[in-house]
Amino acid sequence: MPHDSLSGVFIDACLINNFILAYFLGICPFIGVTKEVKTSARMGLAVMFVMLVSSMCAYGVNGLLLWLGVPFLQLISFIVVIASSVQLVEMVIKRYSPALFRSLGIFLPLITTNCAILAVALFQTQRGYGFLQCLAYALGAGTGFLLVLVLMASVRQNLDYADVPSSIKGTVMAFIVAGILSVAFMGFAGMGGAR
Amino acid sequence: MSVDSGQVFTKGIWQENPVFVQVLGMCPVLAVSNTATNSLAMGLATAFVLVMSSTLVSWLRPVIPRQIRIASYILIIATFVTAVDYGIQAVSVELHKALGAFISLIVVNCIILGRAEAFASKHGVWDAIKDAAGMGLGFTIGLFCLGGVRELLGAGSLFGYAVFGDRFEPWILMILPPGGFFTMAAWLFVINLRKEARIASLKARKTLEETRHAT
Repeated sequence: MPHDSLSGVFIDACLINNFILAYFLGICPFIGVTKEVKTSARMGLAVMFVMLVSSMCAYGVNGLLLWLGVPFLQLISFIVVIASSVQLVEMVIKRYSPALFRSLGIFLPLITTNCAILAVALFQTQRGYGFLQCLAYALGAGTGFLLVLVLMASVRQNLDYADVPSSIKGTVMAFIVAGILSVAFMGFAGMGGAR
Repeated sequence: MSVDSGQVFTKGIWQENPVFVQVLGMCPVLAVSNTATNSLAMGLATAFVLVMSSTLVSWLRPVIPRQIRIASYILIIATFVTAVDYGIQAVSVELHKALGAFISLIVVNCIILGRAEAFASKHGVWDAIKDAAGMGLGFTIGLFCLGGVRELLGAGSLFGYAVFGDRFEPWILMILPPGGFFTMAAWLFVINLRKEARIASLKARKTLEETRHAT
């Protein structure tokens, strides 16, 4: 597995094994903030950014833990790393781009509890990716996340004008749409040949 | 502070069921509910972490400063999750492989942090244990409802034992990712229908009484 090409890793994380539709990671923002295309795109971008930063940090921390011989602390240190990198990203954005900070708003701190971020850190160590592969993986996962969030939001925005029975409206309809999207993404399974 | 003790336990199972009513912690619910065994194991693992971390949070409540409470809760939860991870690996390597990273991902399950913040940090140890046990049981039941249906339709078996005869054609889509979304939608639909029917019957009774009063 560590010999996968960078593009293979990217396509695998982005389309074939999409984090939301194939691994069911980050379902909470997927159902929660996909009512409008604009907010969902912002959320997706924020997640992508944090994924990239925390993936780099996790790579370093994992090397340190292995060197110290304490792999059982992996989970705890990853969580701490993610929480602090979210905090750091928040401070940096606030300092250098107040406009972006305002537009991201409450989404930024909420990303800490997004399981997709932790999953990127866990999967990349599980598969033994190198540094560049980790970057490609995080970038792919983030792009896939953004893509699905925006797709879902545009479908749901149009659903507002559809005549849906009252007992299906809302969450039920969201799950049905997600299921259909997931079926569509299964079509990517033969692509890239990453697995 | 005093809470009705029976209510604390049962509300997690039915009225405030974490899976079907609060729709929390969806990621593991959909991801590992492809067989009944997996879903039951995942439910029990989560329930264990929930009970243990709620106990500790409630017990350490006077010591933890308010400003860093969330970070402390996460550390407590991560500790128990690591324990569960190694525990499952010791009991059954096969199960550990099937659940994969989702055991570690219990850490970011919103139910656990949610209960720690909303209940355990404000109530006594005994109440916190009961609340966590109820929620954990409710979560396990919810997971089992999904896992059972998906395995039954997708593989024609339950806990690995064949239920239907040889002529049953397995509906493979149900054990693949889309099946998770569709099964969840179906369950929520059933619950919504029930809720609507109850509201309708309440309304009907009310109008009946009103007309009776009027005459």
